[in-house]
Amino acid sequence: MDIVTKYLCVFAVGGILCTIAQILIDKTKLTPARILVLYVVSGVLLTAIGVYDYVVKIGHFGATIPLLGFGYSLCKGVFKAVDEFGFRGIFTGGLADVASGIVTALLLALTAALVSKPKSKKQ
Amino acid sequence: MSNHLNKIDGKKYNEMTNKYSKKSGIVKDCIMAFVFGGIICIIAQLFHDAIVSEKAAAIFGKITEENAKALTVMFMVFLGVLLTACNVYDEIGNIAGAGTIVPITGFANSMTSPAMEYKSEGFILGVGAQIFQVAGPVIVYGTAASVIVGFIYYLIK
Repeated sequence: MDIVTKYLCVFAVGGILCTIAQILIDKTKLTPARILVLYVVSGVLLTAIGVYDYVVKIGHFGATIPLLGFGYSLCKGVFKAVDEFGFRGIFTGGLADVASGIVTALLLALTAALVSKPKSKKQ
Repeated sequence: MSNHLNKIDGKKYNEMTNKYSKKSGIVKDCIMAFVFGGIICIIAQLFHDAIVSEKAAAIFGKITEENAKALTVMFMVFLGVLLTACNVYDEIGNIAGAGTIVPITGFANSMTSPAMEYKSEGFILGVGAQIFQVAGPVIVYGTAASVIVGFIYYLIK
């Protein structure tokens, strides 16, 4: 696959996944927090039944950067860990694979709270 | 001016907000979400392709695909936090809608903005607790789903 096609696919898949969320927000009045939870859980389930692998194969980071990709990592991680550690893997696999993202966000958010001020809301 | 506003009762107000919120348009919202969501993913892909390129390998040494993916996610989280800390992310979000909520940068934003906002309520129950306002549910239900799926996989493997 040449590079232009690849980037177009990344753009399209990422865009489509965000558009679906936008439609859900506009049509169902779901709050963003609910959308995010819905996306992560859907990501886990879609990966478990093998559908999301195809999406990732087409969309690359267009598929893994939206929160569905977070679910994808959770599911992949748990499968890998079960293969490796057996029963214990059920509990360790999911979070282990997304830990780098969560911990980075946590530390940086904490740093931001220390050094930055929120802009006062415009009245 | 205020007199004029007082004349509008609740029902009429609802009609008006419906009319105007529809006018702003689901189509426009979707196009914005599509474009911004796509751009964010492109940035991630560019970063990933840059760090696995031969030039980068010559300088920093070769990295495995798994590490490259994790680094890319960390970089995107960094971008999300940085833009939030500079109070830029919410401005973009006003235009982009779901385009900035759904990518991992939005997840970083959802942790950073309450952390900054609740600083005034102290670091334990302010920052420490509120940081998980949105990220908490995401992690809870995501992990729970992964355990269920993992358990089924363990049984049928």
